[in-house]
Amino acid sequence: MLLLCVFSFFVLMPAAAWLGKKSSRVSTWLAVWPACVAVYLASLFPAVASSGPVEVLFPWAPHLGLSLSIFADGLSLLFGVLITGIGALIVVFSARYFDGKSEAGRFQAILFAFMASMLGVVLAGNLFTLFVSWELTGFTSFLLIGFNYSKAESRSSAIQALVVTGTGGMALLGAAILIEQITGTASIPQLLSGGFQIADNALYPALVVLILLAAFTKSAQAPFHFWLPNAMAAPTPVSAYLHSATMVKAGIYLVARMTPIAGNTELWMWLVMSFGAVTMVMGAWNSIKETDLKRILAYSTISALGVLMMLLGAGTETAIMAAMVYLVGHALYKGTLFLVAGTLEYGTSSRDITQLGGLRPQMPKTALAGFLAACSMAGLPLFLGFLGKEFLYDALLHRTVEWSTIFLILAVGASALLGAVGLIAGVGPFVGEAGKASLHGRIPSAFVVTPLVLAVCGFLAGVYPPLIELPIQLATAGVFRQLPETHLSLWHGFNLVLGLSVLTLALTTAVFFFRVPLRRRLWPQTLTTDWLYQWSIRVLDGISERLLPALQFASLRAYVLALVVVATLLLVAAIVFSGIPAWPKVMAVQPQELAAVLMILGGAISAVRAKSAITAVVSLGIVGYGVALTFLFFGAPDLAMTQFSVETLTAVIFVMVFYHFRSLVFLSPWKIRLRDATIAALFGTSLALVLLFVGTDETPRRLANYFAENGPSLAHGRNIVNVILVDFRELDTLGEITVLTTAALGVRAVLRMGREKKN
Amino acid sequence: MTSLILRTATHVLMPLMLMFGFFQLMRGHNAPGGGFVGGLIVAAAYALHSFAFGVQAARKALLIDPLRLAVFGLLLALTSSTLPIFLGKPFLKALWLSPELGLGTPLSFDIGVFLVVVGVVLTMTFSLAEE
Repeated sequence: MLLLCVFSFFVLMPAAAWLGKKSSRVSTWLAVWPACVAVYLASLFPAVASSGPVEVLFPWAPHLGLSLSIFADGLSLLFGVLITGIGALIVVFSARYFDGKSEAGRFQAILFAFMASMLGVVLAGNLFTLFVSWELTGFTSFLLIGFNYSKAESRSSAIQALVVTGTGGMALLGAAILIEQITGTASIPQLLSGGFQIADNALYPALVVLILLAAFTKSAQAPFHFWLPNAMAAPTPVSAYLHSATMVKAGIYLVARMTPIAGNTELWMWLVMSFGAVTMVMGAWNSIKETDLKRILAYSTISALGVLMMLLGAGTETAIMAAMVYLVGHALYKGTLFLVAGTLEYGTSSRDITQLGGLRPQMPKTALAGFLAACSMAGLPLFLGFLGKEFLYDALLHRTVEWSTIFLILAVGASALLGAVGLIAGVGPFVGEAGKASLHGRIPSAFVVTPLVLAVCGFLAGVYPPLIELPIQLATAGVFRQLPETHLSLWHGFNLVLGLSVLTLALTTAVFFFRVPLRRRLWPQTLTTDWLYQWSIRVLDGISERLLPALQFASLRAYVLALVVVATLLLVAAIVFSGIPAWPKVMAVQPQELAAVLMILGGAISAVRAKSAITAVVSLGIVGYGVALTFLFFGAPDLAMTQFSVETLTAVIFVMVFYHFRSLVFLSPWKIRLRDATIAALFGTSLALVLLFVGTDETPRRLANYFAENGPSLAHGRNIVNVILVDFRELDTLGEITVLTTAALGVRAVLRMGREKKN
Repeated sequence: MTSLILRTATHVLMPLMLMFGFFQLMRGHNAPGGGFVGGLIVAAAYALHSFAFGVQAARKALLIDPLRLAVFGLLLALTSSTLPIFLGKPFLKALWLSPELGLGTPLSFDIGVFLVVVGVVLTMTFSLAEE
């Protein structure tokens, strides 16, 4: 059933593409499926609470030890519900956003693929399944960020995101391999329950670096954060979904998942906490400096991701629980704010906060959603954001390590800035004097409803926390390995934590009122490491520019020559090092065999001497027919038949190529021909010698006997060649026909391109 | 190329080649033949048709775009090899409906190979001939 949850989204892609193209009234129905999956996943919480995590194992290649496995504990389910629940709302929003546009179908299909990949990440029960899904999220988000591919900005942002998160993906693969090498298993449930002493291994620091590199690039931690603000080139529904609630949280999920497996050490704690803290401060600072709504939200998301990392690094029970509450709260208010920003852009064609103002009377419901989200982000009591902040301070106060006071001070500062950002983005556009940008047209109801739903969810969970208590506790148990006893409640009494919350609110208000001078005057300007990326890309480009002409000179002849020469050298080396084989017993040569040999030799000589391309092709065909005849005489009718057909068709295609590209036909001068003929003769001779070796070896005979004996019984076929092709070695054939089809696509594309150029 | 001899010969040869190609495909499991060589022969038949009557006529005779044919074949082969997964067997495991009649996923896989070969060869010849 869980397997179906993941794969159904892939299967539904064509349906999404088809329905997505219809009017928004039809395509909105696409949201039904993610909503159903969200309800189903949520309904699993009680079962997980009573009988433990759900595991589904599907061995698809058992002899290679590969199996597709699903593992769902509280942590997976919490992420799963967020992904599908918010996903359903995003489908509704984007159905209206792309209404009537031709690319709507493409958008919904990619969105579904993304949801499947994201569910794959959080439900994976195997490190390699996790890796594949992880890469799929990177790939689908590349398609989504670069959705408006006609804009250069979208393309470069998409490539940047792909390069940065793809590098992290490679690190994740390395980490998965390392873990499997150290422990002997890649199964997540086994790793969780196994008690492997990974931290004692000499390679442990390398492992930590690899895991964290993957998580930090995906979750936009400093110094890899630059891709996220640039990714705002994506359509707004994408930003609301990928860049606030789901994909950037994959890194958080990874760190949470890995904490019980490879974490809980000093090294881990310090790295995660300090990178998180730096990201938190830097993101909050940058978001104050921006004026574009989406970039403001992007930087504040970076900051929130930093908070989450810091909490996961702290690793105490309260800290993990704080992270989970903060995670849910952030997903709800940030999703709302992005959707509000999208609505504002739709209604006024502007995202600049200096031009937006006083819009509340015209769009009261959107203003309400923005207000609720801003309150949650600022941490006002009765909102989920308040609860998250309380937990955050509580966790840092009771983390008894050195420096924890510094982390606490930083957290208060960043929270104050973030709260002000919430007000700037969620309240600012609706109050004060009317800005330059004015509302034109009516706001569609889908744009009103979706942010409101998210905002109200955040409010409800804040007013009545037991609503989300079980999921939060179970998710914490997924990281901390035991169910926490702490309960979620609205009121914690008068204590230091409450004092800090009040202080934060006061600071937030101050920052909000002095936002304009803060933005203009304060040093430093936006902190970014984009230059690092640009610089390294330039260096890499420079290296390839120098390397490429030496390796790729776009001459098929030269490539073939290089291949044959290298192969000849290898063959000669093999022969020299193992001695010349004994000359086998020669059987009497039959006249027809002699004829075939003469045919091959004659064809080869004629090909070298050919004065026209057609003669050369026909001569090569004669060589091929000679070889095919040899196959026939030595008991391989299958090969002979195939060779005859292939030679015939090759000659036909060659003739066509020469006919149509007459101007490109070029015959080598004599010297070159002599050189090529010598190399070819050497290659042929060494290959023949190697075949003599093979003839004296036992292995081929053993293989032949195996297939002859087992063909009829195991594969119900007496033709060994065919049985090997379609059964014993079916995977090879599958690969070959894939290559063939790709080649045909290439031919079609190249020829069509040439024709379009001509026109 | 409008040779009367070629056209007349094609009328006789084409059905023979097509039949021979299908025959090779069907008998391949127990005797020399198979989807690959069968596909080559059928492709050669259509190539001959395109020489005698032109590419447009050959395309019409094929009924379907060769590239689509190749992709369809690839899908068929993929389906045949992934089908066992849904029945709780490992990937690529052969499933037999009736081994005596040769009905099973190896046959449908072979038909997939056959279609890919026909499609690929004809995509190349037709596209080149239309240049």
